[in-house]
Amino acid sequence: MDKFETLTGIAAPMPLVNIDTDMIIPKQFLKTIKRSGLGANLFDEMRFDRQGNEIADFVLNKPQYREAEILVAGENFGCGSSREHAPWAIKDFGIRCVIAPSYADIFYNNCFKNGILPIVLPQEQVDVLMKDAEKGANARMSIDLEAQTVTTSDGEVFSFEVDSFKKHCLMNGLDDIGLTLEKVASVKAFEAKAGAERPWV
Amino acid sequence: MSPKTLYDKIWDAHLAHEAEDGTCLLYIDRHLVHEVTSPQAFEGLRMAGRTVHAPDKTIAVPDHNVPTTLDRANAKTMTEDSRVQVEALDKNAKEFGLHYYPVSDVRQGIVHIVGPEQGWTLPGMTVVCGDSHTATHGAFGSLAHGIGTSEVEHVLATQTLIQKKSKNMKVEITGKLKPGVTAKDITMSVIGETGTAGGTGYVIEYCGEAIRDLSMEGRMTVCNMAIEGGARAGLIAPDEKTYEYCMGRPHAPKGAEWEAAVTYWKTLFTDEGAHFDKVITLKGEDIAPSVTWGTSPEDVLPITAKVPSPSDFKGGKVEAVQRSLDYMGLTPGMALSDIEIDTVFIGSCTNGRIEDLRAAAAILKGKKVKDGLRAMIVPGSGLVRAQAEEEGLADIFKDAGFEWRLAGCSMCLAMNPDQLAEGERCASTSNRNFEGRQGYKGRTHLVSPGMAAAAAISGKLTDVREIM
Repeated sequence: MDKFETLTGIAAPMPLVNIDTDMIIPKQFLKTIKRSGLGANLFDEMRFDRQGNEIADFVLNKPQYREAEILVAGENFGCGSSREHAPWAIKDFGIRCVIAPSYADIFYNNCFKNGILPIVLPQEQVDVLMKDAEKGANARMSIDLEAQTVTTSDGEVFSFEVDSFKKHCLMNGLDDIGLTLEKVASVKAFEAKAGAERPWV
Repeated sequence: MSPKTLYDKIWDAHLAHEAEDGTCLLYIDRHLVHEVTSPQAFEGLRMAGRTVHAPDKTIAVPDHNVPTTLDRANAKTMTEDSRVQVEALDKNAKEFGLHYYPVSDVRQGIVHIVGPEQGWTLPGMTVVCGDSHTATHGAFGSLAHGIGTSEVEHVLATQTLIQKKSKNMKVEITGKLKPGVTAKDITMSVIGETGTAGGTGYVIEYCGEAIRDLSMEGRMTVCNMAIEGGARAGLIAPDEKTYEYCMGRPHAPKGAEWEAAVTYWKTLFTDEGAHFDKVITLKGEDIAPSVTWGTSPEDVLPITAKVPSPSDFKGGKVEAVQRSLDYMGLTPGMALSDIEIDTVFIGSCTNGRIEDLRAAAAILKGKKVKDGLRAMIVPGSGLVRAQAEEEGLADIFKDAGFEWRLAGCSMCLAMNPDQLAEGERCASTSNRNFEGRQGYKGRTHLVSPGMAAAAAISGKLTDVREIM
């Protein structure tokens, strides 16, 4: 997995609440057996018309946001389907960080498995960052995972919370299956005990 | 010992390892796998030279992509990319030695219907699947939730998940439901109350007289949509109905093991005085037959209500409601029961079980689908379909003018050819009314099976109580 330490980049504003994973990557693009290449279809039905032409007023089609690496969004981002294709599409497009007041649980976890940092901040602070993002390409935000801060283009700094284990894995690009397999003795001991107590399982 | 909730008990019984920072390895008893969210996970295993830790606890069935038309044995009914996914599941299931129900098997169906039907899902278990509607299995008092593909790979490789414990939330539905009100109306009304993020960070335990009165199938409908309220999982404590449902199922324990299992299951309840971080109470008698008007499951109202206005809302929801109304082609103030529909879909892991079909048949018996309206019933599994045929329900549907399909997810997410056309409006027993969910620019109104049947007859959203 790619490491995430710091990022300075353009932030795209998407103030909509309840942006669901069907919006992020519609189901017709789930018929792939690969993880790559989904960025072309990120937000497909908001971004393109049926003929495949770009919809000019969609944020990621605007010239100043085409290279966005950060997304600032409304609450409950990533709700709905568990499809990991959503973070795969976000990452493949080039976005490495999402900032929102809240996320759906499964999407939030999926981000950390893919080198994406989902930052939770209170609505008032997201509102400030949304305004900063609306300034366009010249306004670059900075994120420092080690320090757990977001810095606006004006130098205003917001601190965020993140689970220490998730932070550790993301900063070091760790494969958590490998980490779990190191604890295989605990798992085997559990299986022996649970198998005796609940043999029908 | 301090009193525990049902969630606390299941959690404690599955804790395989706890690190100093509180990060836990939760042991997984059942891993359900379907064709859409698993190919990359199996590929990841192969690339790392790993294998499936517990193939005997891993159950695979294709459901999202499969055609539901009667000619599906002909591979040409599937698009190339869908066929590749189904074939990948076939190959992975065989190579890794999983329990597998291929498309040709009468037991094939939607993974969340097949699991309980075959007795894979039992009280007190941990159940995961790369599908958010895994919450369904919580109806048995099992801790069940959706996971992403990386986590699918993690469970395949280790039979555990890295987890932090969620908070406890109690949703109590007191008293009795009124006639025409169903489990679907309960679960939609709860989301209307909490919002789609109200459950985020929580595991919900549903309780109260109205929940206890529900059949196991109704309880599955309630838990199925826990995820639409944002909850990690929904749970209902097992009782005699649960044991009765499980008894005799192919993979349920037998003989002395059954007795031991029931003895254990009887310990699975929330202790008196256990702490809940959040409590919500609804009166069963206040719940009405419900329908969604917008593009989020929280956009729900009784069928007797009117389409709301953006000005009825606050914050970011104002813009979202305006966007919803534009998308849905609705005007504030119009009666929900005046909304005309083009399509009716009855099926899905929410409402594709035999009792759902019976409820629809009770409304449709001797009636006809309104002229020009497309109506389809997609049973949740091959066995549900067979039972509906045996009970004569299939004849009622066909006589009424419904298409009678084979099992699969179908128009719930429209990954297969069952889709709405642009602008088409559907009364649907599924679980999500998101933009484009049932087809590009398709419009979805979520309802119960009885309400869907009533809408099929009248051609508009209809209060089922007027037809009963």
